[in-house]
Amino acid sequence: MADRSPAPDSPELRERWGGFEFTDAYRAKADKAIARYPEGRQRSAVMPLLDLAQRQVGEETDTQGWLPLPVIEYVADYLDMPVIRVLEVATFYFMYNMQPVGKFHVQVCGTTPCMLRGSDALFETCKARGMKKGHVSDDGLWTLTEVECMGNCATAPMVQINDDNYEDLTSERLDAVLDALAAGESPKPGTQEPGRHTSEPAGGPTTLTEMVDANHDYRDSW
Amino acid sequence: MPKVTVDGQEIEVPDGATVLQACELAGKEIPRFCYHERLSIAGNCRMCLVEVKPGPPKPQASCALPATEGQEIRTDTQMVKTAREGVMEFLLINHPLDCPICDQGGECDLQDQSMTYGRGATRYHENKRAVTEKYMGPLIKTIMTRCIHCTRCVRFSEEIAGVDEIGAVGRGEDMQITTYLEQAAEHELSANVIDLCPVGALTSRPYAFEARPWELKKTLSIDVSDAVGANIRLDSRGREVMRALPRVNDDVNEEWISDKARYQVDGLMRRRLDRVFVRRDGKLTPASWDEAFAMIADAKPGSGIAAIAGDLVDCETMFAAKALLKASGSSLMEGRQTGMDYDVSNLAAVNFNSTLAGIENADAILIVGSHIRWEAPLVNVRLRKAAKRGAKIFLVGPRWDTTFGGEFLGTDLGVLNDLPGHVGDAFDAAERPAVIVGGAGLKGAHAKALALASSWGAAFNVLHMAASRMGGLMLGYAQKGGIADIAKAKPKVLLSLGADEMDYAAFDGSLKVYIGHHGDKGAHHADIVLPGASYAEKDGTYVNTEGRVQFAEKAVFAPGDAREDWTILRALADALDLKVGFDSFAELQGAMIADVPALGEEGLADYGALPEPDMAAKAEGAVASYPIRDFYLTNPIARASAVMQQCSAELLGPELAEAAE
Repeated sequence: MADRSPAPDSPELRERWGGFEFTDAYRAKADKAIARYPEGRQRSAVMPLLDLAQRQVGEETDTQGWLPLPVIEYVADYLDMPVIRVLEVATFYFMYNMQPVGKFHVQVCGTTPCMLRGSDALFETCKARGMKKGHVSDDGLWTLTEVECMGNCATAPMVQINDDNYEDLTSERLDAVLDALAAGESPKPGTQEPGRHTSEPAGGPTTLTEMVDANHDYRDSW
Repeated sequence: MPKVTVDGQEIEVPDGATVLQACELAGKEIPRFCYHERLSIAGNCRMCLVEVKPGPPKPQASCALPATEGQEIRTDTQMVKTAREGVMEFLLINHPLDCPICDQGGECDLQDQSMTYGRGATRYHENKRAVTEKYMGPLIKTIMTRCIHCTRCVRFSEEIAGVDEIGAVGRGEDMQITTYLEQAAEHELSANVIDLCPVGALTSRPYAFEARPWELKKTLSIDVSDAVGANIRLDSRGREVMRALPRVNDDVNEEWISDKARYQVDGLMRRRLDRVFVRRDGKLTPASWDEAFAMIADAKPGSGIAAIAGDLVDCETMFAAKALLKASGSSLMEGRQTGMDYDVSNLAAVNFNSTLAGIENADAILIVGSHIRWEAPLVNVRLRKAAKRGAKIFLVGPRWDTTFGGEFLGTDLGVLNDLPGHVGDAFDAAERPAVIVGGAGLKGAHAKALALASSWGAAFNVLHMAASRMGGLMLGYAQKGGIADIAKAKPKVLLSLGADEMDYAAFDGSLKVYIGHHGDKGAHHADIVLPGASYAEKDGTYVNTEGRVQFAEKAVFAPGDAREDWTILRALADALDLKVGFDSFAELQGAMIADVPALGEEGLADYGALPEPDMAAKAEGAVASYPIRDFYLTNPIARASAVMQQCSAELLGPELAEAAE
C-alpha cells in the first residue's frame, strides 16, 4: 500500500510549493466545480479541486502529480474551509498522492481475482524494469503501487496507469504497454486481449447468443 | 410522542428521541463510546447495539435510530449480548493492555464497559497496531495507540469549540486522530476533549502520572477564574488540589470548563503567602499575627478604614470586612479595582439578565466591548449555539477571532448612536433580541445600551469578568465614583482582600493591609501581609454574572500560617476592639443572609425590573482594547501556575509580542 502520510513539512517544500496558485485554465475548472453547489456550500467541491490541484502539480513536474501540504492549504484557503478537513479528504482517498510519484503511476491490482489471474507475474514484470513498491524509479518515469480491487475483475489482471486502465494483462502485454508509454506513445487503454472489446465474455458471447447479429425476441423461451 | 416497548416495558418518549434515549428513559443502561449527549451523532463505535422490531433481523445501533411508534426494543437478548461482546472484542484488538500505566485507569469507559459487556479473554494472537504520539499542546497528552476512533474530540472541536483543528486522517486501520501538522490545540476549551475521550488516548499532560482517581477526595466547588461560576469538582490528595474537573450544570457550564479553570490549580501550590509579613524599613519581614494586629491597631484608623475586594473572594469574606467597617463607622468599600464607576443603583442594570442558558435562544445579539472568548469562554459556547440556530450577531470593539461569525461594526462606541440600517432592521425583526455589554463598553455605552435594549424590547446583559463582582455589588462594594472616591477619602488603613489588579499608588498615605493567598501585586505593595485562603481552602458563596448564587466547599487546608479570611477579619476586629457580631462561620453566614437575603438561596437572585432608561443617552468614546491582555494570566492563581505560564508563552506568546510592538 502506498505511504499515505503527507510529505514532511520542510522549508524546501514550502519554498517549492508555497506560491502555488491555479493557472487560469485550472482556475476556470475549479470555479466551475464550485458553481455546481449552492452558494455557501463551496466546501462540497473539495474533491474536484484537490484533483485539479494534483493535475496541475503533475503538469508542472511532468509526473502524475501529488499534493504537497502548501497545495492542500491553498485548496483549503480557496474553499474557505479548515485545512484539517481538506487533509482528512486527501488522506482518505488513494487517488490523491501524498508523496511525489513518477510520470507514470503504475497501480497494480493485487486483490483476489487479479491475483488468481496472474497479478504476481505483473509485479515481477514491474520489478524487472526497476520499479519498487512505493518508490519512484531512478529515471523518474515509474512509481509502482499495489492497490486493492479496481472493479475490473472480469478482465483481470489489470493495472491502472494514471487515468487509464489496462486489462487482460500478461507479463508480455504489460511490458508492451510500459514500453509504449516510455516511448511517449499512447497505448490503447482497456483490454489487451486481441478480439475483445470491453468486458464481454472472452471467446465470444455465452448468453443471448441469438442477439449477436440481430435483435431477437426471447420472450417465447421464458 | 411515540410509544415504544423496552424489554417489555411500555413507555412514551419525546418526539425526535433516539432508541438509545428511549432505553435510558426506561432505565436501561446502554454501553456507548462515540455517542455523547452534547455532540452530533456519529454512530461509529457500534457499542450501543440493541434488537429492534420492526426492522431487519440484526442488531441496530440505537444511538442513530429514531424511536418510532410501536417499536419493540430488546436490550437483554442473547443476540444483543453476543453483538456487544463482538464489538468489544474488535475494539480491544488494537487497544493496548496498558491499563496499569494508563492515567485513565479507574475512570475509563473502555475499562468499565469491557468488565460488564466484554468477553473474559482475547482470541486475538496477531500483532497489534501501534500509532505514533501526536503533539496537541501543553495541556493534552496523547497516547494514540489507545485511540478507538470514536471521534468525540473531532466533533467537540468542530461543534462546541468552533475551531476545526482536530481531525481524523487516513482511513480504516490507518486512521489517526491529529491536529494539522501537530500544532497545539489553540482555544480556551481545548482540554475538555480529555474528559470526552472515553479511553486513555487523550489525557491531561500536567496531571500525568500524578494520582489515581480512587485516592482523590472529591469536593464540589465553584470556579473563580471568570464570572461565569462554572461548577467544578476539586480532586485533592492530602493538602494538594490535584485537578479540577467540570460538574454538569446545564444552567451554567453544561459540562465544560475553560482551560484556565481546569489548569490554574497548580498555582495553588506556588508563590503562596504562608506566614505573616510586615514592612520594616521598606522591606517585608516575617512577623507574628500579634505584631501585625498591633501595628494595625497603632494606626488608630477609627472610621478611616477602607476595604477593596479582589476578583476571587467569596461573599463571606466581603461581608466580614463589611461588618468590620460598619462597626468602625466606615462604608468605604469597593470591588471594581480598575476604576470602573458604572451606576449600581439598580443591580438589574449590571446583571446578565438573559441568563447564560437563555442567551442561546436569542435571535439577534449586540455585543458591546467584550472579547467573549477570553472574558467568558463558556458564554462563547452559548453564543455559538445561538448563531447556529440562526441568530444575527453584531459586535462593537476591536476584532477578535469569533467562533460564531458575527459582524464587527467598528471600535467607535458612537456607532451605537446611529446604527447602520441593517442592524436596526435585524433587531426590529427579532423576537428574542439581546444586548451584551462587556467591561470595555461599560464606561462609554452603558446608558446607551440600556436605552437601545429598551427600545428593541431586548434582554439587557452585562458580562463581568470577576467571580466576586456580583456578590460584591450585592453587598455594597461600590462607591459612586468608583475606587477614586476611596482614594479621595484618604483612609488611614486600607484592607485589600486579595486585590491584585488595582493601582496602589493612589493609596500612598494609607497603611495597606493585604489579606490574600498569593504573593502577587497586592502583596508587593502591602505594608502588612496577612496570609489568607484561596477558593479551594474555604467554604464560600459566589454569585456569577447572571446573579446565580452558588456555594463552594472547602477542599483542602490553607498552607502554613494561612487562615480562612473571615477568621483573620474576626481577629482584626478584636485587635481594633470592635464588635462585628459573629464568632463562627455559621453565625457569619447567618448575619450575611440577614443583611442580603438573596445570598442565602442557591439559584438566581431577583434584582427586580430594569431601571427606566435614559432615551437621550449617547454612547461616546472608543474601545481601544479589551481589559484582558492575556487569557491565561488573569488572576494571581493563574499567574503563579506553571501550566498557565507555559500556555501563555506557547499559545499566545508570539501574538502578544506582536501586539506589543
